[in-house]
Amino acid sequence: MWAYVVRRLAYSLVIILGVLFLLFVLFFLVTTPDDIARKAVGEKAPPQALEQWKKNHGYDKPRFWNREHPADSMLVDHFRRMLTFDFGNSDADDTPIWRRLRSGAGPSLSLTLPLFALGLLLTIPLGLLVAFFRETYIDRMGVVLCVLAMSISTVLYIIGGQYLIARVLRWFPISGFDPSPVVIGRFLAVPVLVGLLAGVGDSVRFYRAVFVEESGRDYVRTARAKGCGEARILVHHVLRNSLVPILTQVVVVIPSLVMGSILLESFFGIPGLGSITVDAINANDFATLRTMVYLGSLLFILGQILTDVSYTLVDPRVRLE
Amino acid sequence: MEPYLLSNAVVVVLVGGLAAALASARRSRVWRDAGRELVRRRPIVLAVLLAYVAIGLLDSLAWVSGSSAGTTQGADTVSIHKPRSAIDRLFPDERYREKSYSAPLADREFLGGAPLRHPGRHLLGTDLLGRDVLYQTLKGARVALLVGGFTTLIVIPLALLFGVVAGYFGGRVDDVIFFLISTLASMPSLLLLIALIMVLGRGPVQVCVALGITGWVGFARVVRGETLKLRELDYVHAARALGASDARIVLRHIVPNLMHLVVITFVLTFSGFVLAEAVLSWLGIGIDGSWGRMIDQARDELSRDPIIWWNLVSASVALFGLILAVNLLGDAVRDILDPRTLRERA
Repeated sequence: MWAYVVRRLAYSLVIILGVLFLLFVLFFLVTTPDDIARKAVGEKAPPQALEQWKKNHGYDKPRFWNREHPADSMLVDHFRRMLTFDFGNSDADDTPIWRRLRSGAGPSLSLTLPLFALGLLLTIPLGLLVAFFRETYIDRMGVVLCVLAMSISTVLYIIGGQYLIARVLRWFPISGFDPSPVVIGRFLAVPVLVGLLAGVGDSVRFYRAVFVEESGRDYVRTARAKGCGEARILVHHVLRNSLVPILTQVVVVIPSLVMGSILLESFFGIPGLGSITVDAINANDFATLRTMVYLGSLLFILGQILTDVSYTLVDPRVRLE
Repeated sequence: MEPYLLSNAVVVVLVGGLAAALASARRSRVWRDAGRELVRRRPIVLAVLLAYVAIGLLDSLAWVSGSSAGTTQGADTVSIHKPRSAIDRLFPDERYREKSYSAPLADREFLGGAPLRHPGRHLLGTDLLGRDVLYQTLKGARVALLVGGFTTLIVIPLALLFGVVAGYFGGRVDDVIFFLISTLASMPSLLLLIALIMVLGRGPVQVCVALGITGWVGFARVVRGETLKLRELDYVHAARALGASDARIVLRHIVPNLMHLVVITFVLTFSGFVLAEAVLSWLGIGIDGSWGRMIDQARDELSRDPIIWWNLVSASVALFGLILAVNLLGDAVRDILDPRTLRERA
């Protein structure tokens, strides 16, 4: 297994280099440093100000190859800084990006962790329930409801959920954030509920499909022939044997929880990494955006590795080789 | 050439291509039967989709009415010389734009209560800038179809090319393409989308291209896997033994057997692209005139007192209707065309 993990890590490193190269193409070739500087300093800024800004932000180096100092070009710089997590300063207001990341991770996690955990607790039992009633009207109704729920745009869940829960029912504050443990729940309630609703259709349908597929296997027939009850079959046999597809879906997102939710955070005023990303869009802050895409990819790749490892924990037949 | 003539030409080419594809599909029994089965199972869904397409098409062909040229003065001349589509012609032009909000079917303005400029009533009211909401909602159909359709037209050739080449030739070629696919798949799609649009610039074509770049990877994987399976089948070996070239094998024996996946993917990804555009509009980097943009502009109207709901509801219902219809169609298409499901049901 360790040989596998090492090989897997090596391939991941290659992928990370690919991601970095793609980011270089996007942020240094498609958009040129001149574009970035002009957006930061202003269209009508004098050329000297532009040059000064580029110099301050390291955008004035040769793009690929510096003949005098081979290790001092934007390409080399980009790779070196990203790989050593030296993200530098924001293009918009020169705050260190690391400071932003540190300040945003907590609020992001306080939103996404409950959302993730409650989502699993809600959707897997619902999926089992619908699968329990498969090929009856309840099942068909469930599937139709899922399709209906999936057809509503996330942004509508956000507007509608906030209107209903915070304005009409007045259960919780409309938006805002306060990290003190006494009141944090009140501020997170609406975004978590909205996030749960927005994802429920997709997930329940997926879990139902997994459970129904698994219910067609021979061992289920055997269990039924032994006189095992249908509910017991679902929970003890089907659920356990469905863990591999479930883990594939679930584990991969765990590291990315730190990145928060772009839509929920920006709308409900939670100062997490999602909000920071939206601010970066509005401020044309390419350095922060670049960092976010890089970190997101890194965490996603980590999630993929964890997924592979998690298979060995639930399925003794899986050997990572 | 005038830009509107060019965009008319694009529409004619697209519709012509679609008609040609349908005509060639009708010649094969499998496809004809699948089509019949689809019509039998989902008549309402198909009718709804046709209505959306019809509205989109009515709004796609624009022309200038020349007769009144020169008879009007100043600003009016400009508006008359602008090319207008059939949908544009159904509604009174800019001169009758209201000052601000008016409720559906109201005969006076929502704030202040002054009489409307427009003779008659607005079926769905007007928005903050006094524009007719029904008009904007109908206009949104074209944008949505364009986002879904145009993006899928980027995705499918790209995915087929890379997927088939990787799967058929294997070896180094496969390694390189698989690396490209894994790299793109490792980047969170919303973040990559945002980055692409920030870098490419804002605009309808850029949004479609960005959606295309993030969207082709999943399908390319499926195509690659399927091609790996297909190339080991007896008829492919037979064709090779008979001396068929690689190009011939790919075009005559592999690609036609992937077409059911293409159709399923077309339908299943379509709604994803339209929904993604709504999210991008929400973030301020979507396409002007889309339902997503309408929803974004209406996001604070529910918190007004008295609330203004008609903008949000019109755009949402239009968006929901299209996505629901496409999702239901997608499920039916998958059930009909995917042989695995067929086997399971038998």
